[in-house]
Amino acid sequence: MSQSYDRGLVEDFGRWREFSAGMWAWVFHKFTGWVLVGYLFTHIAVLSTAISAAGQTQAIAAENDVYTTVITALESLLVVRILEVGLLAVAVFHILNGCRLLLVDLGIGLDSQDKSFYASLILTGAIVVASVPTFLAGVFG
Amino acid sequence: MAERYSSFERGGRRWLWQRITAAFLVAVLAFHFFLLHFVHHADEVTFGMSQARMQEVTYFSLMILFLLTATFHGVNGVYNALVNQGLSGTQETAVKAVLGVASAVLIVQGVRTALAWAGGVPI
Repeated sequence: MSQSYDRGLVEDFGRWREFSAGMWAWVFHKFTGWVLVGYLFTHIAVLSTAISAAGQTQAIAAENDVYTTVITALESLLVVRILEVGLLAVAVFHILNGCRLLLVDLGIGLDSQDKSFYASLILTGAIVVASVPTFLAGVFG
Repeated sequence: MAERYSSFERGGRRWLWQRITAAFLVAVLAFHFFLLHFVHHADEVTFGMSQARMQEVTYFSLMILFLLTATFHGVNGVYNALVNQGLSGTQETAVKAVLGVASAVLIVQGVRTALAWAGGVPI
């Protein structure tokens, strides 16, 4: 039988120094969720340039249609590449912590929730660091 | 007995759908990142390459499903986070309406973009 544990309100961010691992997991999951949903709207807005490009047969063949031009211009900016690495970090953490939540919901690994949160953080860091060369490829000329 | 602590109302279906879409998105988001950053590189993207992928019915339908599930999961997540922060009454109704309209706009624009690439439904 699990023990009752009064951890107080996680929404009361002012007491963040007292937060346990599970509460940080909750905060990070919400934060990464907000970033991802914001990005989803931005992503579709940028991809929508394909609507204007469709039908420009010659420009598409010459790869100077509005969609290709916009994506190429964005990808040539170092700040965009760095933001993409940030997006990867946010997405990987949200995925890994989401898997952890699914397991917790199924009652799997209830005694290791802290460890699985730390594992999510470490694995996120490792995947992001390993991906940096791929994400920055070609931006320096 | 541990106290119940959840962002979702007891007995509601939103919690279940949030988890079902999560399970789908874990796989498809990882695939999306891997395909468009590691197999192909983002700086090599052209309209023609996107068009070639979208003209495959399997890829097209996967991306439409991806759009629908990501929109639901994101917007439902935002709604629940706000309810969790104490949103209620008229404000809750207004937020629900704004999020509903935003979702509809996102889905319509996403589908229009997919159709622009594919040149119609690829069947």
